[in-house]
Amino acid sequence: MDMLAGKVKMTQVPDMAPQTLDPTTRRTRVTARDVTVHYGAKQALFGVSIDIPDRAVTAFIGPSGCGKSTFLRCINRMNDTIEGCKVGGKITIDEDDIYNPALDVVELRARIGMVFQKPNPFPKSIYENIAYGPKIHGIARSKADLDEIVVTSLRKAGLFDEVKDRLQEPGTGLSGGQQQRLCIARAIAVGPEVILMDEPCSALDPIATAVIEELIDELRANYTIIIVTHSMQQAARVSQKTAFFHLGNLIEEGKTEDIFTNPREKRTQDYITGRIG
Amino acid sequence: MTTTASLAPNTSDDASIRRQRIRAGLTRRHVNETMFRGLGLAAILAALVFVCIFFYTILGKGIPSFQQPVLHLAVTFDPDVITSPTPPARAVGQSDADYRAATLAWQREVAGLNWNRIVEAAVRAKLPATVDMDSRQVLSLVETSERHRLRERFVADPSLIGKTVQLELLASANVDNWLKGNIDRSLSDAQQQLSAPARATADAFLADGTITWRFALSIFSNVDSRAAPAAAGLAGAFMGSLYMMLVVILLAVPIGVASAVYLEEFATKSRLTDIIEVNINNLAAVPSIVFGLLGAAVFINYFHLPLSAPLVGGMVLTLMTLPTIIIATRAALKGVPPSLRQAALGLGASKMQMVFHHVLPVTFPSILTATIIGVAQALGETAPLLLIGMNAFVASVPGSPLDQAAALPVQIYLWQGNENRNFFEARTSAAIIVLLGLMILLNAVAIFLRTRLERRA
Repeated sequence: MDMLAGKVKMTQVPDMAPQTLDPTTRRTRVTARDVTVHYGAKQALFGVSIDIPDRAVTAFIGPSGCGKSTFLRCINRMNDTIEGCKVGGKITIDEDDIYNPALDVVELRARIGMVFQKPNPFPKSIYENIAYGPKIHGIARSKADLDEIVVTSLRKAGLFDEVKDRLQEPGTGLSGGQQQRLCIARAIAVGPEVILMDEPCSALDPIATAVIEELIDELRANYTIIIVTHSMQQAARVSQKTAFFHLGNLIEEGKTEDIFTNPREKRTQDYITGRIG
Repeated sequence: MTTTASLAPNTSDDASIRRQRIRAGLTRRHVNETMFRGLGLAAILAALVFVCIFFYTILGKGIPSFQQPVLHLAVTFDPDVITSPTPPARAVGQSDADYRAATLAWQREVAGLNWNRIVEAAVRAKLPATVDMDSRQVLSLVETSERHRLRERFVADPSLIGKTVQLELLASANVDNWLKGNIDRSLSDAQQQLSAPARATADAFLADGTITWRFALSIFSNVDSRAAPAAAGLAGAFMGSLYMMLVVILLAVPIGVASAVYLEEFATKSRLTDIIEVNINNLAAVPSIVFGLLGAAVFINYFHLPLSAPLVGGMVLTLMTLPTIIIATRAALKGVPPSLRQAALGLGASKMQMVFHHVLPVTFPSILTATIIGVAQALGETAPLLLIGMNAFVASVPGSPLDQAAALPVQIYLWQGNENRNFFEARTSAAIIVLLGLMILLNAVAIFLRTRLERRA
């Protein structure tokens, strides 16, 4: 792979968006209107409406069971796989209705990548892990194409230097933090517009968490990122927009600074000061 | 509430009471544990003892029958006996059909000759002059199959006429019994299978080297035989079982795995799938003989497939094996962590890609193990085969799954019931050893493939 690495040009790192960027001035990428979710008879989400800005990090925070992960999974229709789950309301990505029956869920998930709570690399080689998405979607036209995608994705995920000599070794042999970055690289390899992250650091130690957070901050220059997190500090560190969920309701959303320094709602205030949750 | 109060950790008195109570129960708890361990150990020992007894009997009886006595005789292809020595030569202008007919007529003629006289002469040549035995007694030393072997030898090579050849002829099953001590030597003449001079001759032959022990290749190379027990073998039953295994693997694995995958991954949960699931679980508990009845009713009576055919046997065993494979495959699929499915789906894999690229490869070792255990079970199954005619006496090696054939477990059953008990008890054990060997081989393959695949995954 060393030979290969020489041929691949370094991907340009675009200008970093300033941390203080105002999400309200950004174009809206994903829009949710009055989204409800039922698991059988139990309602898990009550009329959530939110706009997700393009190329920024939006954080969903809230206590366990508040519906933030449920809502995240509505966006790439992962809830489809749960038996008895019913989604109401409307979610659009670039004006395309996600729940339009004519929309192909396979195509949707190629546009909206996802990173899960527990790192879940395939029990295959590191190379295969990343090449899988481009392969099934027919993105790479040749073996060289595929090699380039793998290397570029690994570089973007900041993992290339650590694994370049063992691309054929199993992905499950990496450390937890490396596995999670591998999963991020795997998601990037398909070329998504939006990346959903469901508590991506909850299974990681603080150092690995810091690396992932840095990575998220770099990625937002090119991708729309939605992250669900338990950690308010993490939300404050990585996101530009924050939405607070409680008991299935979206209580408050806005610029991250405003939510953490000057929340409008009492429940938000209680949560961020540690009184509920 | 007094208990709670007394357990309050505040005062030293309460602490000592608490410790006392714990200590009082401690002995009882340890005794219980020791007893449980003891019982467990006893259970394992009992199981081991039974296994040892089983192997001791089977191996003790079976292994000697892999050796059998042969007579080393100088056989003369006597022209006085072989009165039609030359095969028909092909006349000029004779048609193929005519030539074949002439050859067959000659072979029939050769078969009609009294080959026993040649065998008898060969044995008598070794007998001391003092021994007085009639033809029957002399011939009782040699297995009846041997005269056919002499005939076949001659047909293959007519130039043997008048020549004397040193040959090994199988001793008869009765000689085998006598020499191995499988029959009580103190029994009276009336209860013995061999006459007194024949018994004495057998002993003398063994002493002077005319009879030696040889590995009983016939067990593997010959088909079953009633007329010549010493030449009876498992070749037909082995091939029959092999064909059945092929049919089972070719039918049960794809159908079983496909059903399991569909039910587990694609079917929407409904009353119907629930009913199917319950029924599959029930099928696994249906006695195997019922599947035999079903096979007889459906495959033979309705579809008019041939009796005693490995194809039908394999189909019946497939029915029996399917539930095992389906249940095991479903269990394996259920055991795949949801995170793997989510990883695939989250990347935009279709459901089928998820199943075939990720879920099945992970479960493959378990499916393989289940399949081989199912096939091994089917290999040892006897009852359903009896109902579709596989207990027929078949003295040929099947050339295809549609030919009549025996099967290993059925052969064991038939031999166990053979009237020459002394001889076939040992042969039965030998057949059981072969069957067990085959099963151990199958399981070894399963374990080998499993560890290999798991290491690769």
